[in-house]
Amino acid sequence: MTKTIKGIAAPLPLANVDTDVIMPKRFLITITREGLADGTFADLRFDNAGQHRPEFTLNQAPWTKATILVVGDNFGCGSSREHAVWGMRQLGISACIGTGFAGIFYDNARKNGLALPVVSPAARDALLQFASNPSGAEISIDLNSRTITAGETSVPFEMDDATRTSLIRGRDDTLDSLEYAGAIRDFEAGLSDGMRISVIK
Amino acid sequence: MNRTLYDKLVDAHKVCDLPDGDMLIYVDFHIMNEYTSPQAFSGLDTKQLGVWRPEAHLAVVDHVNATRSSEPHDAASKLLIDNLEANCTKHGIAFYGLGDPRQGIEHVVVPEQGLVAPGMLIACGDSHTTTYGAFGALGFGIGTSEVEHVLATQTLRYKRMKTMRVTVEGGTAPGVTAKDIIMKIVQVVGAGGANGHAVEFSGSAIRGLDMAGRMTVCNMAVELGARAALIAADDITDAALLGHPHSGRFEFKGESWVSDPEAEFDKEFVISGADIEPLITWGTSPDQSIPITANVPVAADYVSPKAKAALERSLQYMGLSEGQSAQSIEIDTAFIGSCTNSRIEDLREAAKILEGRHVATGVEAIVVPGSAMTRLKAEAEGLRAIFETAGFEWRPEAGCSMCLAMNDDIAMDGERVASSTNRNFEGRQGRGARTHLMSPAMVAAAAVSGHLVDVRDFK
Repeated sequence: MTKTIKGIAAPLPLANVDTDVIMPKRFLITITREGLADGTFADLRFDNAGQHRPEFTLNQAPWTKATILVVGDNFGCGSSREHAVWGMRQLGISACIGTGFAGIFYDNARKNGLALPVVSPAARDALLQFASNPSGAEISIDLNSRTITAGETSVPFEMDDATRTSLIRGRDDTLDSLEYAGAIRDFEAGLSDGMRISVIK
Repeated sequence: MNRTLYDKLVDAHKVCDLPDGDMLIYVDFHIMNEYTSPQAFSGLDTKQLGVWRPEAHLAVVDHVNATRSSEPHDAASKLLIDNLEANCTKHGIAFYGLGDPRQGIEHVVVPEQGLVAPGMLIACGDSHTTTYGAFGALGFGIGTSEVEHVLATQTLRYKRMKTMRVTVEGGTAPGVTAKDIIMKIVQVVGAGGANGHAVEFSGSAIRGLDMAGRMTVCNMAVELGARAALIAADDITDAALLGHPHSGRFEFKGESWVSDPEAEFDKEFVISGADIEPLITWGTSPDQSIPITANVPVAADYVSPKAKAALERSLQYMGLSEGQSAQSIEIDTAFIGSCTNSRIEDLREAAKILEGRHVATGVEAIVVPGSAMTRLKAEAEGLRAIFETAGFEWRPEAGCSMCLAMNDDIAMDGERVASSTNRNFEGRQGRGARTHLMSPAMVAAAAVSGHLVDVRDFK
């Protein structure tokens, strides 16, 4: 049961980082969830010859060891591809701290144990500054108290109860929802015939 | 009590509250494609679960397939396509695959088949599922884990969103299309401006749109962060429900699928239809757009250092200079297609520009009809002949194609594309490719001119 996430945080201040950038389409032609670490941020991390781009933060020490990202506004926008979240997890990322995330990305993150604490713009900027210091000091995210600690600074974050419960318990939502099969059947019993779609094969 | 259309739709589909604050909502209809569903089916296998109600799902091949031929262009895409068919056969799910006369881009196929009606809740592993809001249905995109959840339970875990209304009031000028209306809305609200919100579009400019236009507007609502988009059902909607294979097979009565007159929204935006011009994007986010008569922004337009840096990055990626006029931007490629703008109405608009004209030297122009049915209809109307005479390549198969370049239609590094699609992200149409979003008529005009150009100058 994860209650605290602790690690080196990397600053990624760009706004509107979309899931095409997080996981370019050439890595999507797959029927498994595995093998996506190299695809994550591929065009930012690697040049056309496959060499590391030295200017990209995640290629520089100490951020090569980052497990937390402090990100710009509207991170994760665009395509619904859950591959973006799978890849980030496989790259070792456990949390992204930002001012707001795109909805589908937010839900995908919850399903895969990627925490997305939402903070105020001022707190985000302070955390960006802290993360930009190459000393490699760690940031700590306490899910129970909804608090982020970075050095002397402590800031509150927002996270809805259901997402927090999922992250702490590592719950499988599908199996958990099947506990409510009776309620689903009751709901279906109330549907008229006209409300039951049957697609022509 | 006055309720918004969104709240009525959520209330009508609520199965039960969950102890942690979520609710379970019932999914009337679920659509799948070949690239966001494989891991959902394997999840069912791992957990030894079946599909709750197989007849309420449809699978369509559209993202990775070639559009030059009905044969997959490589082994990897064939694997995805075959995998989807095998999963559908195993679980008894309807499958519209390559060569099927009903195949096409999922969000074009569903309305064409009459599989959407006011009052429905529709989910799909694709962000542009907001399209169905055009019918007064609650449609939204989901991830692969949620695809598994719908397959196993016919429900989703859901949290009620905030509401936003965007009113576009007053007539628009000739040459201004539904695409320009939604691009203007994205520009005003911002790329993440509607995060956490369900957005209802209203006002006379919206009411005046046909269903194709309403679908274009709702389709791109996700580009402002809206998880759902809605337009209240009216006579135009009702007329669009008739004459399709599934017409009359279901109905969702019991509510009037409109917001009550006194319903309150958490956020409101009002835009004047008269203020909207034909727009193009100059940057790498859909909210970075300008009128075709304007110039690319300059750093002095922005106050914060962060905004100046973002401008510089976008301009560098796009290979543009500060203050350059929109109409001086020369293109390599013109692409008409995608779930935003590949319907018969879109093809007709583009054909009006192309009739009697020819694509400029050096420009590669491609049109990919949104579905097999759309293609046949266009061919019967003589549109194919107009496109081909004008020098466009008319693709015989339907799919997402160069909108996201998951098939073999990939723009090269530095290639500049005038595109009727929905996203101008870095690398979207190919690594290093430069995308300018605009209406299909504007793409046609750019193809003919060799550079971006004002469609209103074409009589």
